[in-house]
Amino acid sequence: MTRIETNFSRRALLKAGGALVISVGAPVTFDLAHADEAGGAAAMSATVKPALTPDQLSSYIAVAADGTVAAYFGKMDMGHGIAVAIGQMVAEELDVPFRSVKVVMGDTATSVNQGGASGSTGIQEGGKQLRAAAAEARRVLVEMAVDRLGLPADQLQVADGVVSAKENAAKKVSYGELIGGRYFNVQLAWNGKIGNPLYAPGKAKPKDPKDYRVVGQPIKREDVAPRVFAQFDFITDIKVPGMVHGRMIRPKVAGAVPVNVDESSIEDIPGAKVVWNQGFLGVVADKEWDAIKASRQLKVEWSDAKPPFPAQAAIYDYIRNTPPRKKEAGGKTVGDVEAAFKNAARVIEAEYEWPFQSHASMGPACAVVDVKDDQVTIWTGSQKPHYTRDGVAALLGVPVDKVHAMWVPGPGSYGRNDAGDAAMDAALLSKSVGKPVRLQYMRDQATGWDPKGPASIHRARAALDASGKVIAYEFMSKGLPRVDVNSNESKPYDTLAGQLIGVPLKSGDGFAVPQESYGFENKYTYWETVPPLLDRGSPLRTSHLRDPVGPQIHFASESFMDEVAAALNMDSVAFRLQYVRDPRDIAVIKAAAEKAGWQTRPSPRKNLTGTKVSGRGFAYVQRGLTRVAIVAEVDVDRLSGKIWARKFTVAHDCGQIINPDGLRHAIEGNVVQGISRTLWEEVKFDNKNVTSIDWLTYPILDITETPETIETVLIDHPEIEPSGAGEPATRPVAAAIANAVFDATGVRIRRVPFSPDNVKSALS
Amino acid sequence: MKQSYSLNVNGTVHKIEADEDMPLLYALRDDLGLNNPHFGCGLAQCGACTVHLDGRPIRSCITTISDVGDGRVVTLAGLGTPERPHPLQTAYIEEQVPQCGYCINGWIMTAAAFLRDNKKPSDEQIRSALEGLKCRCGTHMSILRAVKRAAAMMG
Repeated sequence: MTRIETNFSRRALLKAGGALVISVGAPVTFDLAHADEAGGAAAMSATVKPALTPDQLSSYIAVAADGTVAAYFGKMDMGHGIAVAIGQMVAEELDVPFRSVKVVMGDTATSVNQGGASGSTGIQEGGKQLRAAAAEARRVLVEMAVDRLGLPADQLQVADGVVSAKENAAKKVSYGELIGGRYFNVQLAWNGKIGNPLYAPGKAKPKDPKDYRVVGQPIKREDVAPRVFAQFDFITDIKVPGMVHGRMIRPKVAGAVPVNVDESSIEDIPGAKVVWNQGFLGVVADKEWDAIKASRQLKVEWSDAKPPFPAQAAIYDYIRNTPPRKKEAGGKTVGDVEAAFKNAARVIEAEYEWPFQSHASMGPACAVVDVKDDQVTIWTGSQKPHYTRDGVAALLGVPVDKVHAMWVPGPGSYGRNDAGDAAMDAALLSKSVGKPVRLQYMRDQATGWDPKGPASIHRARAALDASGKVIAYEFMSKGLPRVDVNSNESKPYDTLAGQLIGVPLKSGDGFAVPQESYGFENKYTYWETVPPLLDRGSPLRTSHLRDPVGPQIHFASESFMDEVAAALNMDSVAFRLQYVRDPRDIAVIKAAAEKAGWQTRPSPRKNLTGTKVSGRGFAYVQRGLTRVAIVAEVDVDRLSGKIWARKFTVAHDCGQIINPDGLRHAIEGNVVQGISRTLWEEVKFDNKNVTSIDWLTYPILDITETPETIETVLIDHPEIEPSGAGEPATRPVAAAIANAVFDATGVRIRRVPFSPDNVKSALS
Repeated sequence: MKQSYSLNVNGTVHKIEADEDMPLLYALRDDLGLNNPHFGCGLAQCGACTVHLDGRPIRSCITTISDVGDGRVVTLAGLGTPERPHPLQTAYIEEQVPQCGYCINGWIMTAAAFLRDNKKPSDEQIRSALEGLKCRCGTHMSILRAVKRAAAMMG
């Protein structure tokens, strides 16, 4: 069976002091002992593991004596079942049973840096590498079998990890007998990159998709059962000997720093200690509840910081009126937009607004860090543990090879949430108190102090000629940067801990433009970024939130396409089909419309009366190489302003489908989270601080508001390399809902969220 | 001021020393070493810490240890086992519900009490019974399918 584990197993759990304790630095569970000696092709195997570098086959694949295969994966499964998909790809290429592959993820001691969970590249980039490595491992094993069986490779076949003669199946040798217990010693053609673009193929060519038997099957996750039977340890459940509990203390006015800390105010709490370094302030105690009490009881005098933020209502004016720090064209510029606008018979323009949003993960981030003189050990929920390792090493000033980071599944992720900051904070706490520290944030810190998805405005205009043809299109994104702090925590200046202890800052820029294939004759799309509102230790620092800047950009661009179609009195699907050029884009558009039973007519619907009204809306996007088209059907209560996003039909093309069951679940989750972000989510703040600090002040979609139906049409292209599915379907949701609300009511809402109050005021 | 308490959890009585205002959650996690009730908000807003107290779903993050008294606490681990699963646990696996799974206690423990008392519930009743629980990954569709499946199993 494919066991999905980090580098410790429940076998490593010890009962100590009534609490579960994990032995620190427990060795990797994959056991290579009890092997036969390798055959004549011994040069391709080694008894000592080659260095863990991207150019070694052993960094990705190992085979035990019993034939079990380890696939070492430098990305991780944040809940989409990507480990199953990776297991399928490896099993397919190696010709071993799916259940004999064990995917080992996110441990810096066993995997190279493949970028962590990032940009929906788990299969697209991470899987591509594991597929190439598995194919190479099969090639090498067959070559070993050539020596062992004395037959040329073309007279051999492989099934279930056994190489046998095609003419005489009794003449055979298993993978376990060939290499079990020894490591591959095979050089790969590494492209010299780490992270997402890492690629290191061997000489072997992966299988022809027509021969697939495991890839494409709806194999279920095996990490669900442990979760439902409470046999699963989250990052929050990690305990190590001698561990103490930490809590951080954040200022009431963002930017304020402690000027006086009265440690005697917590002296009645057993084991309570203060850790204070410039703006960094935390406490530790032996028991978790005591650490919480200490964090609340500690008397702190804060500096008199000037309130750093504008009133919330002024945020879009700040973005609109602030000179850009950076401007960049994106996408492909076509023709001469300015000239075309001068010749336009008609110009349509609109501007859209999107708020700051929080990752608001289900639980506040947690990390356990043990800083010893000669070794630092990190257990983290961060989706990029290799970068966590690098960041902690830099923060503490220790060599990277003295730091070991292990990813343990955490309470949700969705990008650069609070997990990376928690690991960095825990590292400073542990270094200061000389003990392993388990730090978990509190709810107000999780929602209030995580890096935020950036607020933005988007301006679109289209030039029409006298016949109604679109002759030019211009689109601008302007917002806070997507990487004010980067998408990983490898640099201390990108983390709260680093910023609070005074490291020099380096705020990044970057936004994006729509991804689509509208073939307008003249086209120009660009983005601009404005500086952060508070440059150091800000609760409104911005970074990657699931499908970074995708939902806001395509809310605007796909709402705008609907506006143009409506202005031309055209059906919005027909309008898109008139201009979209990419054949796969056209196919998803048609598939969604057909499945939804789309009736060709212009929006809004006729006879716009009634209190409770319904409408349908369309949107389509690309995300990287994936394309998604979506039909939303909504009910709007005009009196209350309440929207029920009742039904979605999603057509999804991400190339080759590895596991349709996992894909459907991923799409549904994307859509539901997308609805939540559209209808409810907005980080509130006053001039002093973020005021969205819990589920009442940062509401998300409730189960009572969940759609009745989400239909999916999966378009499979076995011949096209798989692209991502972790984020694309969240991208078109807001526009589809906005377009459906317009269809139902005739009112165009250009600002998210569509909360009842906002909708009510838009409709009145 | 720490005091002694006897806690009946999943059928076993444990003795612990704690402040009277300490929430039950910390006794379960920190003192008993249970890994299933999770800290989500500490405000009874999300459900991640839900356990049964005398058969009723409660939020252990705001229920103080002194309020538990000699009540019987059942956590997700006490609801069923791989050998004798609760129908909701079976349905959760069949429907492959969780993404991260951190929210699971709230949904399963709340739904278990609801389905025990409400046979053949309508979709509307299921939704309303689960109102207010949080799932950030957006697995709501799967949750509803699983609860319906479990309801059918429970007749």
